[in-house]
Amino acid sequence: MTHQLHELMRDSLDHCVKCTICETYCPVAAATPLFPGPKYVGPQAERYRGGDANADASLDYCSSCGICTQVCPQGVKIAEINSQAKAELAQERGVSLRDRLIARPTLAGWMGAPVWPVANWTTSFGPFRLLLEKVLRIHRKAPMPRWAGRTFQSRTRARRRAPNPSAPQRQVVFFHGCAANFYEPGTGAMAVQVLEHNGLEVIIPKQGCCGLPLQSNGQYDAARAYVRRLAAQLAPYARAGHDIVATSTSCGLMLKREAHEILGVDDDDLKVVSERMFDICEYLVMLDERGELNRDMQPVDMEVPYHAPCQQRGHGVGTPAMELMALVPGLRASQVDAVCCGVAGTYGLKAEKYDIAMEVGRSLFDQVRASGAPLSVCDSETCRWQIAAATDRPSVHPVEMLHRAYGLG
Amino acid sequence: MIGAGLAGLVAGVRLAEGGMRVTLVAKGVGSLNLSPGVIDVLGYAPGRVDAPREAIGRLVAERPDHPYARIGADAVEEALAWFTGRVPQMRYRGDGPRNLLLPSAVGVPRPTALAPASMAGADLRGGGRFVAVGLSGLKDFYPRLLADNLTRADLPEGATVTARHAEISASPRPGRADVAGQVYARALDDPPFRAEFAAALRGLAEPGETILLPAVLGTARAGEVFDELQERVGLAIAEVPTVPPSVAGMRLNTELAGAFARAGGRVVLGVEAVGATGADGRISGILIRDAARTRELPADAVVLATGGFSAGGIELDSHGALREVVLDLPVSGPPEGVPPLSERHLDHQPLMASGVAVDGMLRPVGPGGEPVWDNLYAAGTIVAGAEPWREKSGEGIAIAGAYRAAGAILEET
Repeated sequence: MTHQLHELMRDSLDHCVKCTICETYCPVAAATPLFPGPKYVGPQAERYRGGDANADASLDYCSSCGICTQVCPQGVKIAEINSQAKAELAQERGVSLRDRLIARPTLAGWMGAPVWPVANWTTSFGPFRLLLEKVLRIHRKAPMPRWAGRTFQSRTRARRRAPNPSAPQRQVVFFHGCAANFYEPGTGAMAVQVLEHNGLEVIIPKQGCCGLPLQSNGQYDAARAYVRRLAAQLAPYARAGHDIVATSTSCGLMLKREAHEILGVDDDDLKVVSERMFDICEYLVMLDERGELNRDMQPVDMEVPYHAPCQQRGHGVGTPAMELMALVPGLRASQVDAVCCGVAGTYGLKAEKYDIAMEVGRSLFDQVRASGAPLSVCDSETCRWQIAAATDRPSVHPVEMLHRAYGLG
Repeated sequence: MIGAGLAGLVAGVRLAEGGMRVTLVAKGVGSLNLSPGVIDVLGYAPGRVDAPREAIGRLVAERPDHPYARIGADAVEEALAWFTGRVPQMRYRGDGPRNLLLPSAVGVPRPTALAPASMAGADLRGGGRFVAVGLSGLKDFYPRLLADNLTRADLPEGATVTARHAEISASPRPGRADVAGQVYARALDDPPFRAEFAAALRGLAEPGETILLPAVLGTARAGEVFDELQERVGLAIAEVPTVPPSVAGMRLNTELAGAFARAGGRVVLGVEAVGATGADGRISGILIRDAARTRELPADAVVLATGGFSAGGIELDSHGALREVVLDLPVSGPPEGVPPLSERHLDHQPLMASGVAVDGMLRPVGPGGEPVWDNLYAAGTIVAGAEPWREKSGEGIAIAGAYRAAGAILEET
């Protein structure tokens, strides 16, 4: 890793005053003694890295949730430094077949989609999951999404329109991510309807994976190739002046910041896309601040616990989902007092990390269960799957609550 | 509010409770997590202070550029009474107008105005018999150093202290050589380890002795942990602040942030405030840099609580020029010719007292004393003229200044 940005990230560790605030907020260090904490494996251990070998393999237990960077009062890029060091560790040790597979959601997506009933049966079939755990080290209880059959892309082919520079502000591009494409096309459809209900036309161009799971699993070259391809697909729309709206909060963050800061991608395509990229709740609140949000809503008489996932916090936009839900009459949303659900993308799927992930999320799950609510709300798909599995009740994207309030369902 | 430290949170809570729509933006969480959790008002001026209120009066007469001269001694009392009501779980105790004298981590008597009930029992003013108990897994707490220094501490006349030390090996992570304070604290929140810990303490001290323990006695359930330990051991216990991570500071941060959230305040963390928009002497919005772009956060009033030089609110460039990092406000620093830093660490450090000068409404002012912006206020260590770590005045200035700035905003709007 020789790119200039890596040097900038490394320089930031000179600002570390060893105050340990990151250590006290790290959800993984609180859950297991196997992870000594972000300061220990980051600003401290980084000084011994480079050259021959990684000083300490405990770094592998970092889940890449990114909380350490968010809480650091000195601006040290702890999570970014650790992600880069983790990638080097993975290259040294060799990337396992498991980590190659789970890092490519499009691969699993395309394999499962045509034969979705069979695929869903196998992933919920105990003996097969046991085999998967033995052979691939994917935990038998780890939450796995269900294939939806026809992809969101193929369902929305009519919306695959060219950029329109003459009226870009009325037309937004929807970046749906792999989750909506293969597993939750319903969430994607609701997002489109909510945007349309607010007077926007929605374009859904052909789009691939952002490469985030590859990045989390230390496969940087492949991740760079994925994100560059995606940025090239979206860039013409950004250049024409279309805003890009995402329901997948971690993939949106990848395009906003991580591909640049962690992978060191400096393409113009990525730059222009990142400037136009909005999380859907962030976007709707922005419409509201301009007085353009449709506030004509029906009561949704419900109490719901809401969890702001780590990657959503990384956007630096506060909790727009809470602000939107506050607009819905009768809807009483309360934010759960928890940092992380534990799954952190693919971390919690791994056999050796599943128990840690469940311990990280324990307080969150307890609060959701104790609320007695029929469902919980969370912006990020892998977190929703984790929370739903751990609490025996559905977990939905905030846009679904808005969809109900608009009477669209 | 720009900044998530004590000043930003206090102003935020008061404004949100006053019905304002409040957003707090910050680069990261504030340094409250690193603080010992006590409330200093004035501890040295320059000799050790027994009665801070009177001492503030003398201080501001001598030092009209000190933040307390703008805030006023009366506001301190009012603000502290309000503040302790906002954080009832901290159970702050004081001795009316007089400072307590509590042991620091290395056994130095430390004057402070208010301390959590879990610490106040170690008040040294009347002397006492103490047993400093270390935890074998907590490497940054030295019971022998604490006890030895206490026996030779500089105490008020007539006060005698005896102190000895002991160590217990009860650990939430047995066999580990280095267990962080927050790990002990979280484990003590859970009854099983609490019982084991209490059992280990029994028999270490005699009736009449007070057990001094590092301040790791619980996080979310600290009150319950403290009461139960005292009851099970049958002796008085007092917590002594530790080096960071400071569990007592984390408790205060959590409770205050909770009060802010309950009052409807919004927190946007991980962003940098980089400027402001405005016209005709009024700020209309703060520019913040988030993950993707710089955007404007509209605001009717702004409280700058970014901290002083050590917190990053003020920067010194290689030419010796001082800069206020968010709004490029005029900085009041050491007069020309004065070296910004003295050689001895704990000496008077002129650089550390640099910051923005404020008017009677806590608004940053220019060289002529006129406010830079009519609706911009400053609170905490960003306000010039104090050296909190020498004076032991940090919390008093932060709380009273933020309380007053918030009051001024509530009156204005």
